[in-house]
Amino acid sequence: MHRISIIAVAASLALPAVAAGDEDLKVLREEIAQMKKSYEQRIEALEQRLAAADSAPVKSQSPQDGGTRAGTAGSFNPEVSLILQGQYRRAKDVPERSISGYWPAGHSHGGDERGLTLDHSELIVSANIDPYYRGMLNVALKDGEAEVEEAWFQTLGLGNGFTLKGGRFLSGIGYLNEQHPHAWDFADAPLMSKALFGEHYGQDGLQLKWVAPTDLFMEFGAELGRGAGFPGTDRNRNSAGASALFAHVGDDVGRSHAWRAGLSWLSTRARDREAHFEDTDAAGPNEVEGLFSGRSRTVVADFVWKWAPEGNPKQRNFKFQTEFFRRSESGDLACASGVATSPCLGGVALGDLRSRQSGGYAQAVWQFMPQWRVGYRFDWLNAGSKRYDPATVFAALDPANAYFARYRPQRHSIMADWSQSEFSRLRLQLARDKSMQGVTDNQVTLQYIMSLGAHGAHKF
Amino acid sequence: MIRLFVLLAGLAAALPAAAAFNVFACEPEWAALVKELGGDKVSAYSATHAMQDPHRIEARPSLIAKARNAQLVVCTGADLEAGWLPPVLRESGNAAVQPGRPGHFEATQFVVRLEIPLKLDRAEGDVHAAGNPHIQLDPRNLLAVAGPLAKRLGELDATNAAHYATRQQAFAEKMRQAIARWEKEAAPLRGMRVIAQHKSFSYLFNWLGLVEAGTLEPKPGIEPGSAHLAQLLTQAKTQQARLIVRTPYDSPRPGEWLAERAGIPLATLPFTVGGSERAQDLFGLFDDTLAQFRKAAP
Repeated sequence: MHRISIIAVAASLALPAVAAGDEDLKVLREEIAQMKKSYEQRIEALEQRLAAADSAPVKSQSPQDGGTRAGTAGSFNPEVSLILQGQYRRAKDVPERSISGYWPAGHSHGGDERGLTLDHSELIVSANIDPYYRGMLNVALKDGEAEVEEAWFQTLGLGNGFTLKGGRFLSGIGYLNEQHPHAWDFADAPLMSKALFGEHYGQDGLQLKWVAPTDLFMEFGAELGRGAGFPGTDRNRNSAGASALFAHVGDDVGRSHAWRAGLSWLSTRARDREAHFEDTDAAGPNEVEGLFSGRSRTVVADFVWKWAPEGNPKQRNFKFQTEFFRRSESGDLACASGVATSPCLGGVALGDLRSRQSGGYAQAVWQFMPQWRVGYRFDWLNAGSKRYDPATVFAALDPANAYFARYRPQRHSIMADWSQSEFSRLRLQLARDKSMQGVTDNQVTLQYIMSLGAHGAHKF
Repeated sequence: MIRLFVLLAGLAAALPAAAAFNVFACEPEWAALVKELGGDKVSAYSATHAMQDPHRIEARPSLIAKARNAQLVVCTGADLEAGWLPPVLRESGNAAVQPGRPGHFEATQFVVRLEIPLKLDRAEGDVHAAGNPHIQLDPRNLLAVAGPLAKRLGELDATNAAHYATRQQAFAEKMRQAIARWEKEAAPLRGMRVIAQHKSFSYLFNWLGLVEAGTLEPKPGIEPGSAHLAQLLTQAKTQQARLIVRTPYDSPRPGEWLAERAGIPLATLPFTVGGSERAQDLFGLFDDTLAQFRKAAP
C-alpha cells in the first residue's frame, strides 16, 4: 500500500493539471491499483512462458542464424593488418657497418640508424582466394619505397599432407627466417641472419611441403627459387637459381613442454656479387668493387624448446631457441674500379676463393608475469677458413679490409618488453656488439611494435 | 645432403597411419561431445585442455601432426581459435578439414550467440565480432550442437551413421532430463549477482538467470589492473555481488585480492570437461559447476 501511494504521488506529479481533490485521488488510486493488478498478471504470464521455454529443448538454429551482423560485414574482405614499428637507438657512429671476416650482405631494413627512427611499416593482406587457394601480400613501407616482402598463394586442397606455395615467400630454412621482424623476440636480427642473408632469405619461386601422417610431427620441404637474394645474385637464367631443402620434427613432452628441431640446406650461386673493398693504390686507397662468382651452400640446424606451466602460456612461459649454420663458398674473386691508378682498373681476376664459415646464436626469453618478458641472446660467428692466393689478392686489395680479418664476432643482448595486450609491445634492449674488429659498441634500443587489424596468428 | 632428406622422408612415409575415425576437437567439451555421440567408433583428440586459455594457444608441431590425420575438426568458431587454428590447419596439408569443407565443424554456428558487439573497435579489448564464443556452459547449446554434429559424423563416416543417430537420441534424452534437474537445483540462484574474471560465463549466467555484476578484466583480453580492481571493489559492494568466479586457467590473484577485500568467496568453476576432479564428462561439468555455486553461496 505504501508503494502504491508513492506511485500515485509520482503519477500525480507527472500528470499536468490534475485537480487534487479527494474524489480525484480516490479514482486515481483505483486506476493505479487496477493497472498494477493487470501488470502483475501479465508479468506472471510472461514468467510462465519463459519457464516453459527454458525447459523445452532449444530448437537447433540453422547455420549463421546467430546473427553475426558485425562479423559478416567484412567477412568477404581480406584480413588486413598493419604493423607500426619505430625506435630510438643509441650506438657508435660507424660509417659502413659490416661484420668483420664476413662478406657484407647488402640488404637490411635499416635498424642500423642512430637516434629516433621510424622502422618500416608492414601492411599485410591475406584471404582465402577460393576453396583451393589462399593468398597473402606483405609490403614493407619506408620513405619513398614499398618493398614486397611476401606475395604468394598457397594451396588448401592438395591433401595428403601436401602444400604448395608459389610467389615470393620467406624461405622455410632455419627457424627465424620465416618470421617477420615484428614477431622477433629482439629488436634486431641475430648476427647469423645478418651474415647469411642480410636479414631474411626470400625466394621467388615454389615451395612444396609435406607433413608425414604420423603422430610425431615431421615436415619436409623443397624450394626452387630465382636465387637473386644474398648469398646468390640475379643471374638472368631460364632455370632456377637457388634450391633449398628442409626437414622439421617436433612434439610435446608432457603438458608443459613443446619442441621443434630442424635441418635445412640452401644451395645457390653468385655472379659478380659485389662488396666494397679498399685497394692497394700507391697514390692512396680507392674504394673498389670486390666481386665473387661461384657456388654458395648453407646448412642450418635449428632447435626451439618452449615451456609453459600446464601448457598455458598466458601467465608464465619460457622459450629457448638456437640455430647454427655452416656456409661453404667456392668460386673466383675479382675486383673492379674505374680509377686510372687502381690495380683493379677495368676488372682484374684475383684467383680462387674458397671459404667455410660457421656460427650461430642462442637465446632465451622468459615471461615471468603477464605482460612482462625478459630475454638474453648470445651471438657468435667463427672466422672459419678462407683459401685464396695472398700474393695475387693482396697485390690488388688491402689486407686490412674487414673481409680478410681473422676475428670472432660476438654480441650479447638483453631485452625486456611489456605488452599490455596482444596487439602492442614496448621493448628496451641493451647490447654489447663486438661484430666489428676493434669496436665495442654498447647499444641501447627502445622500440615499439603495434599491430592493427586482423588477429595475427601465433606461429610456434 | 639430398640423400639424407630423401631417406628421412622415406622413413616417415613408411610409418603406418592411424586407422580409426579421427576427430580433432579444439576444446575438451567438443571432444567429450564427440565421445558421447561416437562411442568407440571415433578417436577424439582435444587440442587444448581445461588448464589452457583457448584464446592463447600456439600452433605447436604436435597440433599440426594431429590435424594432419584428422577426418573431422570440431571447434567452437566465432574467432575463439583465430590465433592458432588457421595456421595449424593450413600447415597440416589436410584438405578435408579446411574451413568450408564438410570436415570442418564450428559449434557456434548452431546456437544463438550472446554479446555480439555493436561496435568493433580494439579499444574495447579483444572483442569477438561474432559474439561471445564460450557457449559450452549453457547445456541447451550442447543439445543444439549435438544434432548437427551427429549428422556430420554420419555423413563423413557413413557406415556408422545409424550408430551416431542412435547415440545422439540417447544423449539428447539424458541431457534433457539432466537440464530439468539442474534448473531445479539452480532455481534459488536466480538473480544472484556474480563477478567473473573474463566474459567466460555469460551463457551460464544467461541460462540460470544470474546477473554479471562486473568483470575482473577491464576489457576482454586485458589483464586486471589495480585502478580497475579498486573501482570493482566499490561496484561489488554497491551491486551486492555474492560471488567471484574464475576458470581454472585464469590467474587466481586478482580474484583473491577482490574476494578478500569485498568479503565474498572466490569459486573456481571447471569451465570445461577436465576442469575439476568431478567434471570428467559433460554431465559432471554441470554437476560440479552447480555444486561450486551451492558451496560458495548457500
